[in-house]
Amino acid sequence: MSDIAKKNLTEIVSLIKKKELKSEELTECFIKNINKDKKLNSFITNCSELALEKAKQFDKNPKLETLLPGVPIAVKDLFCTQGIKTTAGSKMLESFIPNYESTVTKNLWNEGAFLLGKLNCDEYAMGSSNETSYFGNVINPIAENTVPGGSSGGSASALAADLTPTTIGTDTGGSIRQPASFTGTVGLKPTYGLCSRWGVVAFASSLDQAGPMTKTVEDCALMLEAMAGFDEKDSTSIKKKKENYSKKLTDNIKGLKIGIPKEYRVDGMPKEIDQLWENGKKILRESGAEIIDISLPNTKYALPTYYIVAPADASSNLARYDGVKYGFRSSKANNLNEMYENTRSEGFGDEVKRRILIGTYVLSSGYYDAYYIKAQKVRQLIKNDFDQSFKKVDAILTPSTPSAAFKIGEKKDDPISMYLNDIFTVPVNLAGIPAISIPAGTDSNNYPLGLQLIGKPLDEQKLLNIAFAAEKKINFKQNLNRWWEK
Amino acid sequence: MNKENEKYLIKGEKGKWEVVIGLEVHAQVTSSSKLFSGSSTKFGAEPNTQVSLVDSAFPGMLPVINEYCVQQAIKTGLGLNAKINTYSVFDRKNYFYADLPQGYQISQFKNPIVGEGKITLDLPNGSKTIGIERLHLEQDAGKSIHDLDPTSTYVDLNRSGIALMEIVSKPDLRSPYEVGVYVKKIRSIMRYLGTCDGNMQEGSLRADVNVSVRQEGDKKLGTRCEVKNVNSIKFMQLAIAYEAQRQVDLLESGKSFYQETSFFDIKKNETRSMRSKEDAHDYRYFPDPDLLPLNLDKELIEKIKKNLPELPDQKKDRFIKDYSLNAYEANILVSEKEISDYFEEVVKTSDIKLTKNWITGDLFASLNEKNISILESPIKAKQLASLINSISSGLISGRAAKEVFEIMKETGGDPIKIIEEKNLKQKSDPKELEDLIDKILQANKDKVSQYKSGKDKLFGFFVGQTIKISGGTANPQLVNNILKNKLK
Repeated sequence: MSDIAKKNLTEIVSLIKKKELKSEELTECFIKNINKDKKLNSFITNCSELALEKAKQFDKNPKLETLLPGVPIAVKDLFCTQGIKTTAGSKMLESFIPNYESTVTKNLWNEGAFLLGKLNCDEYAMGSSNETSYFGNVINPIAENTVPGGSSGGSASALAADLTPTTIGTDTGGSIRQPASFTGTVGLKPTYGLCSRWGVVAFASSLDQAGPMTKTVEDCALMLEAMAGFDEKDSTSIKKKKENYSKKLTDNIKGLKIGIPKEYRVDGMPKEIDQLWENGKKILRESGAEIIDISLPNTKYALPTYYIVAPADASSNLARYDGVKYGFRSSKANNLNEMYENTRSEGFGDEVKRRILIGTYVLSSGYYDAYYIKAQKVRQLIKNDFDQSFKKVDAILTPSTPSAAFKIGEKKDDPISMYLNDIFTVPVNLAGIPAISIPAGTDSNNYPLGLQLIGKPLDEQKLLNIAFAAEKKINFKQNLNRWWEK
Repeated sequence: MNKENEKYLIKGEKGKWEVVIGLEVHAQVTSSSKLFSGSSTKFGAEPNTQVSLVDSAFPGMLPVINEYCVQQAIKTGLGLNAKINTYSVFDRKNYFYADLPQGYQISQFKNPIVGEGKITLDLPNGSKTIGIERLHLEQDAGKSIHDLDPTSTYVDLNRSGIALMEIVSKPDLRSPYEVGVYVKKIRSIMRYLGTCDGNMQEGSLRADVNVSVRQEGDKKLGTRCEVKNVNSIKFMQLAIAYEAQRQVDLLESGKSFYQETSFFDIKKNETRSMRSKEDAHDYRYFPDPDLLPLNLDKELIEKIKKNLPELPDQKKDRFIKDYSLNAYEANILVSEKEISDYFEEVVKTSDIKLTKNWITGDLFASLNEKNISILESPIKAKQLASLINSISSGLISGRAAKEVFEIMKETGGDPIKIIEEKNLKQKSDPKELEDLIDKILQANKDKVSQYKSGKDKLFGFFVGQTIKISGGTANPQLVNNILKNKLK
């Protein structure tokens, strides 16, 4: 029975549609795995009972024409779920229960899926190792003491460890793709505006984008199909009709042009990353694609730009957590200012405070032009780089991260080194374009490594097709010894 | 205090001081729902009953622009003869306060929806143009209630998110009187347009008043002080007078002062400092990433322009032309849309001069007496027209009409019915009047002979007697004619 949990989403959906698998049986398999999750700490809220109830309801009256019939799904705890605690990994929202459902999760439930649990993440999605969560570190199932990446670390860990058949995360600077890369899974950050941000706890509004995290590219196409769509409640949502990504998925990528940006060859990059990249080129060439060298000259400014824009948005977005209306309120206050100070000092963790301070600073009068305005200009240049390149190529291939998963605590006290982890993923968010990370090999420790494919705005189909072709040739096999269950 | 038609100057020991005033009027947009949410904007609801998840800034909530409010802002901009910016941006103004749920107010900073414009004020010694700097859209905050509990503050978010237009004037105003005329004019324009009800008691219209002084003849602007959130014209005028005098006193005693923000204490009739420039908030404005820039269709602006109603200035010109009114009379009649509507409905069927006189005379007096608006008047336009027409047709005398009006203003009744009930119909039957006059002449034989011997003045006495004895119903013209005949 536990083999079912190992299956990918497409296989599971197929079994259910063929009535060879009941939703209840499926759900029980995952619950069994979740109950042995203690060491991974990937869940913040376990919704097993509710999920079983939903599974039984589904089996009584199965709606098989949906995209995700009877599939239990655990989601990042950044998505507001009606009646279920939504913490954003923060003490501030430790006991916050929304009375509304995010558009993206609602879309999933409308396609026959139901909630299995809420997954751990960095506090307010600020982090690259899931070490900033108020609810403790998440461990990467690939090895004890390794981080799963972040901020969607709980999502990546739970998915890799077969605790959920698929999941969703959010990606502001790499928060889907980097953990996917660290855990040997697939993660897609869609075009900004493809998935609604309504009901997703905001980190940096101009960068945040929800996306699927799956075991295969085909699963990824299916999930994107289910979660994407125009939402009039989100002013930045793109008006566009729904796509059938999974139906249109093909590994025929003959004649497509793939760009290789020279600026992504950073100093001190491990040899194995270089090899991985070379191998990626080789595979795509074998699939009939043409490899073209390109230049994205402003890449080197992406990280500093990101660490101005994202904290600026965040400092303002997080102002609402003031203890007045909902969430945590410090009991040690005698007046309004003290309540603000104590609530926010006690309610937020160090990384969140650091970014609020940076953001407040770069928006301050006298610094605004030098930092925020300049960063917005550079952001436009970075976007222009991509626009120029996409006149020549259909997609861009890069490594997903400059290294494989690192040890817990290794970078915790060195924010710059931590931020550098997002060096390949951040430009994509600044440009608002889609990118996917697929598992493509391992390092000397046998830790997974990912390759990233970057596409034109709204060109997710082509991106998925290229990833699909590459995935077939790479034939990555995840071999976990399930140490955490022992 | 200076007279209205004199230049407003403050006489100090060291000469005369000119007062320079600029206004930031906050006008609530007439709209059934809020600027970025669907919540109702109805005034006077129970606290926190008109609050959506967006208004209370729950996690993951996003603003969506209310297009009707945008159209209202465009309309107002056009009414202020201003440039409509096809590109404008919503910014976040960041500050912490308990009644500001988001921790920022969505406003427009660098790129407002409406640019420069101007309006004309009619002042006792001619007209004056006041420049409009800009108009932008922004959200209102909620309300903190400090007096319900000795230790806690309550917050009512019903107002949170309501659309406001901030209309910023250039520093072109020079006296409290001008400020009064300016605010009334802006309010009148918005009421004509239906974009703001201008109800100051309900907080639909308030203003921040920027005051500075300089010696007469100086070109340079002095250091200004901003008096925040004043919600009546009278308080604005008092605040300006107080604040200007305070500045003059300081400057004359050789003290300089810093730019500061204060509020007007209506109980003590003085302005008091809230914060100086050094403690000024750094609002950290930046474009709201949750909202796209507002790109307006030129066609939409043209369409709104085409459908713009007649505005006070245009109506005034038309009234002068069509009804041969003078500028003063026309100004009074167009000052509020409801008054001009009333006037036009009456004048449609009635004599212009009588209509004008009755409205600006007896009707206004009765409204003032009861402290009600023309919309609440118990005498509707049709009834006043009927009353006026009764005079014109000779059915009743002007004197009787006053009597009928007194009844109408209490009961709102139909004038024709009142005339009949009170038997006020003018006696115009010559036979009947002749009999009456014969009786009067009979009873005053001595006066008749005095008249006939040359005391012409007595003619008026006979007319008066006739009217009096007829109970005011005798047609004066007929009485005149008959008397003339009989006394020949």
